[in-house]
Amino acid sequence: MDKLISNDVKTEELVLNMGPQHPSTHGVLRLVVELEGELIVNVKPYIGYLHRCFEKHCEAMTYPQVVPYTDRMDYLASMSNNLGYAIAVERLMGIEVPERVEYIRVIMAELQRIASHLVALGTYGVDIGAFTPFLYCFIAREKILNLFEMTCGARLLYNYIWVGGLSHDIHPDFVRLTKEFIEYFKPKIVELNELLSFNKIFIERTANVGILPLETAVNYGVTGPVLRASGLKWDLRKNDPYSIYHKFDFDIPVGDGRMGTVGDSWDRYFVRVREMEESLKIIEQAIDQIPDGDVKAAIPRRIKPPKGTIYSRTENPKGELGYFIISDGSVNPFRVKVRAPSFVNLAVIGEMSKGHLVADLIAILGSLDIVLGEIDR
Amino acid sequence: MGLLDREFSDGNIVIAKTEDLLNWARLSSLWQLSFGLACCAIEMMATSASHYDFDRFGVIPRPSPRQADIIIISGTVTLKMATRIKRLYEQMPDPKYIISMGSCSNCGGPYWEHGYHVLKGVDRVIPVDVYVPGCPPRPEALLEGLIKLQEKIRHETLRKKTA
Amino acid sequence: MKTPGEIFEILKEKFGDKITGIETELPVEPVISVDPLAIKEVCEFLRDNDDLRFDTLMSLAGVDDANGEKTKDEDGYDIIKGGTLSVYYHLDSIQKGHKVTLKVSVEREKPEVESVESVWRAADWHEREAFDMYGIVFLNHPDLRRILMPEDWQGHPLRKDYKNPEYYQGMKVPY
Repeated sequence: MDKLISNDVKTEELVLNMGPQHPSTHGVLRLVVELEGELIVNVKPYIGYLHRCFEKHCEAMTYPQVVPYTDRMDYLASMSNNLGYAIAVERLMGIEVPERVEYIRVIMAELQRIASHLVALGTYGVDIGAFTPFLYCFIAREKILNLFEMTCGARLLYNYIWVGGLSHDIHPDFVRLTKEFIEYFKPKIVELNELLSFNKIFIERTANVGILPLETAVNYGVTGPVLRASGLKWDLRKNDPYSIYHKFDFDIPVGDGRMGTVGDSWDRYFVRVREMEESLKIIEQAIDQIPDGDVKAAIPRRIKPPKGTIYSRTENPKGELGYFIISDGSVNPFRVKVRAPSFVNLAVIGEMSKGHLVADLIAILGSLDIVLGEIDR
Repeated sequence: MGLLDREFSDGNIVIAKTEDLLNWARLSSLWQLSFGLACCAIEMMATSASHYDFDRFGVIPRPSPRQADIIIISGTVTLKMATRIKRLYEQMPDPKYIISMGSCSNCGGPYWEHGYHVLKGVDRVIPVDVYVPGCPPRPEALLEGLIKLQEKIRHETLRKKTA
Repeated sequence: MKTPGEIFEILKEKFGDKITGIETELPVEPVISVDPLAIKEVCEFLRDNDDLRFDTLMSLAGVDDANGEKTKDEDGYDIIKGGTLSVYYHLDSIQKGHKVTLKVSVEREKPEVESVESVWRAADWHEREAFDMYGIVFLNHPDLRRILMPEDWQGHPLRKDYKNPEYYQGMKVPY
């Protein structure tokens, strides 16, 4: 027996290429994985397969023309992208928007957060091997898309939040249907928890996998649910308030290591589930208070910000979305740099997956919830 | 066609042209390469999910190009990705079909002018059967595109290849 | 919690000439200019000082200032000679709750900046992006390669005088 199995068997390092076409990379991401047997030694992401030259386009467009391009960065959260850009330009120009606009913006951004998280949770289930939750999540998401479509006519890329206002006022039925949606969706979260979150197999696959310590997370600049799952209560809606979030009462869920260790994949997953509940709370508070007014009143006729720079950030479903705009006083931005949350969050994957099994890499990558559109821009 | 939609009262022989039989078999089970590029991929996912149910047309996602009949180019094709798409297409077994979904893969879409890294239409690297316009196209539009492709396959002949 | 003005005073006292100025007349946010080869030690100080504690780098952006002489090359294309490229650093302190913006400017013909990758790992990909888009070289960066564009791409696309190629690997690029 001793002759057959010896302890000093050396394995050769294997380099495995994953992507750009792979069902679990959530787009066109390429990962080069260095393996020793089944264990991951290092992961190197190669990005840029969806580089669509957003920043060059900004320099050629006028300020309002940039809005539809922001839609196409994080295409799962177009409303939030619009909002971030609109707020950045408004701060640069010193525009105050009417109260009604602020309320509608917050409702849209929170609905968008739920829709984005539903895709994240559903596809995460598919990555792990549970197909059914994906179908359930998409039923609920479809209802949110119907609300958006009723408002602005598009299902995915809205071009709805403009600098200084909105492209359309809400539909007369919007308030009623949103309330119906809230009532519909509350039991769905319980259902999702029963179906996936507390499923034994799912917990086995995700708890204690891909632990991200808080110090590493902060040093890498990680934000959003990924940072909060590592145990830091950091949410720009509270910590660097914008729009009218200070008026609403809501919690910031953080990872508590309930199933394993703080900052593991299950925590990242479950922070998103709880954020959907909090978003529902905000919508519930806002939907009854929408004041009257004209949503287009504050839209300037000619958008020509003064010379200057601004870095403005908002809390996207995926993390901190920052717009750095330099204005040279003309109608075109001189420079727009986007600090995309997924771009920064993805950089940490090598650190997180070291020493894990190769099968866990999918669980770790899915828990980061990346969108290639905003990584490559 | 109507091969199977009429009940057989007696006998069990069906006489049909080989072409019709082959075409009918092909168009009823178009396995799709599960491959998404950008925004349109999300609409493609929505088409596959519960509300629109791509499965009822026999479209089932397959992760490997070796098992796929159809590739839906769903999103912006960049220059860095174009060579990979060509490789994927070459790996698929014949007969193979391509749907170009959305303005970006049709012609460059909103990136046609300043997109220094965007290929202005996927038909510059691989042949396209059906173009679906929209940015992004609604799931209904993608379904319509698929039906158009099925129509095209139905009229294929063995003598002259159309795709 | 400190204002950018106070932070500027602290830095000026510590580093003297390496802090080249502060622009406050801009709307919205003041920008502190730093010597490009001293940026790493300034950032280390900002991170480790007990009063400042800048623990994250929010964003790092390359910028083409396009302030050089605009001429034409032999083929008649517009090019820019001289002038500067800049890098903007947006720092944030989670512990103290304050923010600051730093800026370094380098010559267009020899754009070399000290890397801050060892201070914040977040800078790794941002610096690679600035190198890819503007050709700014970050000294002592462990892995300075193109990140978004293909490895064999010519030129740096976000420079204001960038000229797009006609063909890339046999594929026509313009519409």
